[in-house]
Amino acid sequence: MSVLELRALSKSFGGVHAVRDVSFAIGKGEFLAMIGPNGAGKSTCFNMINGQLKPDSGEILCDGRNIAGLAPRDIWRLGVGRTFQVAATFGSMTVIENVQMALISHGREIYRLWRPAASHHRARALELLAHVGMEAAADRPSRELAYGDVKRVELAIALANDPKLLLMDEPTAGMGTSERHGLIELVKRLVVERGISVLFTEHSMDVVFAFADRIIVLARGQLIADGDAATIRDNPQVREVYFGTGKTFAGASA
Amino acid sequence: MTLNAFLFQVLNGLSSASGLFLIAAGLSLIFGVTRIVNLAHGSLYMLGTYIAYTFATKIGGVTGFWGGIVATALIVGALGAAIEFVLLRRIYRAPELFQLLATFALVLVINDFALWLWGPTDLLGPRAPGFRGAVEILGRRLPSYDLFLIVIGPLVLLALHLTLTRTRFGRLIRAATQDREMVGALGVNQAVLFTSVFALGAALAGLGGALQIAREPANLATDLIALGDAFVVVVVGGMGSIPGAYLAAVIIAEVKALCVGIGTVDFGFVTINFSKFTLVAEFLVMAIVLIARPYGLLGKAQGAVRSIAEPEEPLRPATPLLKAFGVAVLAVLVCLPLLAQSSPYVLVLGIDVLIAVIFATSLHFIMGPGGMHSFGHAAYFGLGAYGAALLVKWLAWPMGAALVAAPVLAVAGALLFGWFAVRLSGVYLAMLTLAFAQIVWAAVFQWEGFTGGSNGVIGVWPPPPFDKSWVYFLLTLALAVAAVLLLRRFLFAPFGYAMRAGRDSPLRAEAIGIDVKRVHWLGFAIAGLVCGVAGGLFAFAKGSISPETIHINRSIDGLVMVLLGGVQTLTGPIAGASVFALLQDTVMRQTEYWRALMGAIILLLVLTFPQGIVGAFASLWRRMGGRT
Ligand SMILES: Nc1ncnc2c1ncn2[C@@H]1O[C@H](COP(=O)(O)OP(=O)(O)OP(=O)(O)O)[C@@H](O)[C@H]1O
Ligand SMILES: [Mg+2]
Repeated sequence: MSVLELRALSKSFGGVHAVRDVSFAIGKGEFLAMIGPNGAGKSTCFNMINGQLKPDSGEILCDGRNIAGLAPRDIWRLGVGRTFQVAATFGSMTVIENVQMALISHGREIYRLWRPAASHHRARALELLAHVGMEAAADRPSRELAYGDVKRVELAIALANDPKLLLMDEPTAGMGTSERHGLIELVKRLVVERGISVLFTEHSMDVVFAFADRIIVLARGQLIADGDAATIRDNPQVREVYFGTGKTFAGASA
Repeated sequence: MTLNAFLFQVLNGLSSASGLFLIAAGLSLIFGVTRIVNLAHGSLYMLGTYIAYTFATKIGGVTGFWGGIVATALIVGALGAAIEFVLLRRIYRAPELFQLLATFALVLVINDFALWLWGPTDLLGPRAPGFRGAVEILGRRLPSYDLFLIVIGPLVLLALHLTLTRTRFGRLIRAATQDREMVGALGVNQAVLFTSVFALGAALAGLGGALQIAREPANLATDLIALGDAFVVVVVGGMGSIPGAYLAAVIIAEVKALCVGIGTVDFGFVTINFSKFTLVAEFLVMAIVLIARPYGLLGKAQGAVRSIAEPEEPLRPATPLLKAFGVAVLAVLVCLPLLAQSSPYVLVLGIDVLIAVIFATSLHFIMGPGGMHSFGHAAYFGLGAYGAALLVKWLAWPMGAALVAAPVLAVAGALLFGWFAVRLSGVYLAMLTLAFAQIVWAAVFQWEGFTGGSNGVIGVWPPPPFDKSWVYFLLTLALAVAAVLLLRRFLFAPFGYAMRAGRDSPLRAEAIGIDVKRVHWLGFAIAGLVCGVAGGLFAFAKGSISPETIHINRSIDGLVMVLLGGVQTLTGPIAGASVFALLQDTVMRQTEYWRALMGAIILLLVLTFPQGIVGAFASLWRRMGGRT
């Protein structure tokens, strides 16, 4: 069974059909890229899957259960982690406290009033930070980090509840080429080692074609292609969306 | 009530609605364009009444009255422009909290200015030339001036509407209200626009005030009453919406008029005097509207809430130095009864300071880490104080039981009000908390039979041995230390972190399973609980309480204490409350013009010292290479 399945999902804002009749599924341990030009509806899809937005119609099945319209916090409890297009962390906390906060929530210890939060799950938090290469910065204020580092911390936070599904909206925005490859390789390793399914959006085609198991393409709210790198590369509709007719992905994927 | 009587009340309501609309329209315009909630708007209205009174009596006649009204509007408009130019221009980018405080400082300064210039007695203006008589309507006599007022409201509405839709100035105002960035992009001189909008809004307030002198005396309490009314109208109508303001003005004026009209009704099992509900009614309407339509009847959702001024440092446990300092202060306080044997006043002062510390620390708990800028924290103080005092008065409860009941009552109020408040944020949360506090205040004020009304409750003295001030001081000290340490402990615990997480990024917090509203709601309740302790202690310390206990001034005092100490530090509220309470009990008692002094302190704080005392020390310390 697929970890996540979207069925005929739609959302419009006023007159704008941000997402229209989108259906796809993601299997266990799959590394699925969602691409599409700016404004294609990628973030809107993510926001519906993660509960920030309620779909107008359609179903979102998570392990066979319809989660459309649930609150983000309930979806998180089902094992869905998320990173945002514009990184969202707790600016008044240190890096490790950010991760500890997620671990505390995972342990359902939020309403504890006595033992200091700093003494909760410190070892596990360090371990997660080590995964993303941020353990050296553990005790720095998170707002002082470079943007690329914030995105890594966000990944560590998203991993805190041992998710079975990770939603990553432009995880490498603001990173240089080598850093970008490093991060995606890291995520790919998670997919392989732990069997986590990952749905991610990414504007850099070289990363997408090099790492994704499968690619889906969104344009003006609609799903126009779904397949492996070769299929997508040769799809005339996709080419048209990206380059107008005539050009190819040859340059981009090199 | 007969149909005729009912219709007559409706007419009465419409004439009050015009007055409400005039104040509210200006407030709404100013907010729409500058996003500043001008708490001094009621003060401009009050100035309008005094200035128009001066014209009408010093010059007199038709010129003095009608010419005076026009001149008043122009003068108050010019004053508004000056205020914008000198003060507000500096704080457009400051956090909302600071803007609210700065304009409240103006309230205090203007009130003392009026006291100095016109004196403390009420000043009744002459009847309006040309409108001295009354008209027979529905078998009753309606003053013809009231009819004039009924017409004035819609006329001003029409004039504003035409200005907004037909002129370039109006189009700019609408553009700025809908999309502030766009104004910048249009290349308009934003500063000129803001100044002129402020002038226009102020002129409307001045006009509204001037028109009232034929009906009601000029009075120093008008500022806060008018402000309260204007707020309710603007919030109910939707911030920035002029038609909304008129609609809301009519609704509220009618509800009030009908309360008066219905009068006392005997339901068989209980008799209710509805005319006592006028004060509560308007805030009740506001609370209901805010709950059902958070942005008012005709308002639109506002953009994202502005973030906290300065990025905040992570929490660090107390350093050995701070701990040693705390122990030293505590030691001095414990010994204070011995040290102060010769001057018992020191202990009274000490009790005041400690109660202020509990009050401010509990407010800081939701204001700083929770990011909820409550403008109605006095409600929970008042619930505690009145709860304790009334239990003593009516049920003769012993002090111990009353002191336990105080926080219980306060937390019940906080749970109820907080449930609604946490659903809003920013200035809307501030307004709703203020509305709730005003409801409590109005209920206490108008429910004379139970609460003693404006006389309050007297004879709430502590029994022996607590009647000795040193014993009561030690009791207060023990509770204050417990409250401060407990709240601090909570902030370091997962709960406090969750509260900050919800403030820093609600998006992220919800995405990792935190129910932000519930966490903030419980935070609100905890703050209310602790604040109730302060209220209970206050009642027994003073021996008597009055509605002053719940007055908006107390809520503002709390905000000033927290800011004075530094909202981003945990020890800030303690230092701020101590300094403030000392100032209030010493310096401010010396002068009749303590309001102006207080206003000056607030302005100084907001303009030059936004981190507060402890915040300034901390950053100095960091700059010198130390660790906090
Ligand atoms: N809250 C909203 N209100 C109104 N319109 C919205 C809202 N969110 C998104 N849209 C619109 O929906 C469309 C899809 O936006 P979305 O953010 O999902 O695109 P995207 O594929 O993530 O783009 P990008 O690559 O730039 O992040 C856009 O036209 C956008 O303007
Ligand atoms: Mg996007």
